[in-house]
Amino acid sequence: MTTTAADAGAGAYEAVFDAALAADERIEPRDWMPDDYRASLVRQIAQHAHSEIIGMQPEANWISRAPSLRRKAILMAKVQDEAGHGLYLYSAAETLGTSRDELLDKLHSGRQKYSSIFNYPTLTWADVGAIGWLVDGAAITNQVPLCRCSYGPYARAMVRICKEESFHQRQGYELLLALSRGTEAQHAMAQDAVDRWWWPSLMMFGPPDDASAHSAQSMAWKIKRHSNDELRQRFVDICVPQAESLGLTLPDPDLKWNEERGHHDFGPIDWDEFGEVLRGNGPCNTQRISQRRRAHEEGAWVREAAAAYAAKHGEARA
Amino acid sequence: MTAALALGDDALVLSHRLGEWAGHAPVLEEEVALANIALDLLGQARVLLSLAGDEDELAYLREERAFRNVQLVEQPNGDFAHTIARQLYFSTYQELLYEELARGDGPFAPLAAKAVKEVAYHRDHAEQWTLRLGDGTEESHQRMRRALDALWRFTGELFEPVEGCEVEWSALHGAWLSRVTAVLTRATLSLPEGPWRGAWAAGAGRQGIHTEPFGPMLAQMQHLHRSHPGAAW
Repeated sequence: MTTTAADAGAGAYEAVFDAALAADERIEPRDWMPDDYRASLVRQIAQHAHSEIIGMQPEANWISRAPSLRRKAILMAKVQDEAGHGLYLYSAAETLGTSRDELLDKLHSGRQKYSSIFNYPTLTWADVGAIGWLVDGAAITNQVPLCRCSYGPYARAMVRICKEESFHQRQGYELLLALSRGTEAQHAMAQDAVDRWWWPSLMMFGPPDDASAHSAQSMAWKIKRHSNDELRQRFVDICVPQAESLGLTLPDPDLKWNEERGHHDFGPIDWDEFGEVLRGNGPCNTQRISQRRRAHEEGAWVREAAAAYAAKHGEARA
Repeated sequence: MTAALALGDDALVLSHRLGEWAGHAPVLEEEVALANIALDLLGQARVLLSLAGDEDELAYLREERAFRNVQLVEQPNGDFAHTIARQLYFSTYQELLYEELARGDGPFAPLAAKAVKEVAYHRDHAEQWTLRLGDGTEESHQRMRRALDALWRFTGELFEPVEGCEVEWSALHGAWLSRVTAVLTRATLSLPEGPWRGAWAAGAGRQGIHTEPFGPMLAQMQHLHRSHPGAAW
């Protein structure tokens, strides 16, 4: 989009912005945009970046215990990718006039959120597979439409991220498949992990449409393309046959194909639990934020050293 | 094959230690860098251990006394300066060693030729941080000096001959000393004083004599694999 309203009033700027959205053009960093659009994107991209960074913890919890060298290499590469995704996303957020330091500060002080899913613990090796299959699967379902998001830098970051995420998702599926076809104990481990991660994964799509605060506006701005419930339904429909081919069951007695709707019906989500996790009372909220803060605080002297060295030697600050 | 185990265990154990940083690094770029180095080393370990036998059997089913890595790589991460000092000492050694092996026509030449490119990057990363910590703030300088001192006594072992590696070990040591000295000088630091080898430390890791932190590290690394004998993952 190019700004053709340079000499006009605010109304004309808005008209150019609206026309760009209507024509499905991308909004770029130097284009005029409504303050609320900017704020909403900062909130969403930051939360997305924070989720990548906090999301490293539950998986990193198993790097030291991975049961084969091949699996260990795959897991390390995945956690490394997540740090890289965090970096892309902080850069995308910075095009909107904020800074990574400021965003991290908001994460550490609890003023910005990250995905509720990462407040659940990884209790067995199979959880690494369940996170890949279900959590990354849900993330992809959410994120593929973001590749067409109206804000250019975010959309382009999502194209790169979705490629790597689909790879992670297939690896998670393959990990679970190996367990499911392994010994009785391994199969039980896989089933237990799926039982614990299924409902939290469905919660990743956010509150139901009639209770979603930001949805309508985000859809009008073409930041979002589908409603929470639509994406959740799409995810369930994808997972059911995959669970069957894995030889694992999904922990929902109400789950069944509805011929009339052409979709799977599924049982009620425990929105009280979701609310508690969002309010900071999930199983790992305190632990996740403390570890992040500790890493940041204990690393302060390293960042100060790098800045002091750069100042002495005339480098741009890293 | 002694050399495959020695070099493979070095890479395996250091990779494991670096993997412990995931989620704890001082800055996001270092999450990427440390994991990247850990992955390179794990890749080297897998090739080397596969030359000696089954990689998983060797990694997960040997006890402490059967590991042939140098004691330097098993040292706990400590603070970021300790990790960087360990990396500087080791990657400088590994680069020189792999350059030598790549020039020869021994069984490790092809692996060394590929790995030396990765290792040159590891060494550069360690050097760049040694400069920043040494010549950064008063605190970072002190921390870097303490780390270099603390790990110094584990460096002599790097130059104990490894059976199967056709290398001039004393020349390797000379080259290592001059490279490390040059970096430390630029970083406003100096080579530590005190013994760089001792009756106990020198060559002990290569003979399966390790330091106390190594046992708990292996216990964590091996416990899941050992809990499911014969399982495939």
